[in-house]
Amino acid sequence: MMVADFIFFMFAAVVVVSALMVITVRNAVHSVLFLALTFFSTAGLFVLLQAEFLAAILVMVYMGAVAILFLFVVMMLDIDFTTLRKGAREHLPLGLTVGLVILLEVVAIGMGFHQSPESAAAAAALEPMNNTMELGKLLYTKYLFPFEVISLILLVALIGAVALTLRQRKDAKRQDIHQQLARKREDAVQLKKVSSGEGA
Amino acid sequence: MSLNSYLILSAILFTIGVFGIFLNRKNVIIIMMGIELILLSVNINFVAFSHYGGDLTGQVFTFFVISVAAAEAAIGLAILVTFFRNMATIDVEKIDNLKG
Repeated sequence: MMVADFIFFMFAAVVVVSALMVITVRNAVHSVLFLALTFFSTAGLFVLLQAEFLAAILVMVYMGAVAILFLFVVMMLDIDFTTLRKGAREHLPLGLTVGLVILLEVVAIGMGFHQSPESAAAAAALEPMNNTMELGKLLYTKYLFPFEVISLILLVALIGAVALTLRQRKDAKRQDIHQQLARKREDAVQLKKVSSGEGA
Repeated sequence: MSLNSYLILSAILFTIGVFGIFLNRKNVIIIMMGIELILLSVNINFVAFSHYGGDLTGQVFTFFVISVAAAEAAIGLAILVTFFRNMATIDVEKIDNLKG
């Protein structure tokens, strides 16, 4: 049990420190990389909580997709981050006050929560089985409809992201085959009678 | 490890996310990272309750939260890219075209 405690504190410390680095580091690229570290340490905590499938999903989706998406956007946009940080100090007292109040409230709720003997018994009765299989059984029976809705949301996000960012560049010349094929002789060639000695 | 230690860790992570939004009021990218941190803290709560309550439903909902967060990040960053193309800045205080 001591080993599990040690691992928990190690991962929790990494999560908290890297999350703090995400919001305080000056360079936005570093901040994205610390975000990836936060996700990875949280995946470690999920393994500790016997949620292996979610740990794998967290590494694949959050680290592999979301963090890299952030990284792409940060590197693609030519942003001067130092000017954006100006005036951050004046928000500091307000942020600290609100943050402290929220922290106290949520910790108070967390400390006041006690596990009932029934739920502890239920947790103990849940024999360690294949987490992925159990999750799949639940997902494809009881939560089938929300699962389908999620697929729709992802489709909308896919099409929406493409529709938002796709643009026709007017300054770039490119071949338009339809236009070329639709071109007729009458549109392109004009015959004029030119009498001699006058010019066109 | 008790349930309360996970709840407190999640509370700290949630607070860091909210504080990050206050600290980086102008930078939309950092604000979105703060939102991701908040969602992550919610996920930790879900999984911790699922583990200590002996019910897998919490993990199913974490799955849903992760999917929606991925969609939200994609759409949000697409809007951000479009905005940057038009305005050449991502300063939140300059996003006031609608004069609301």
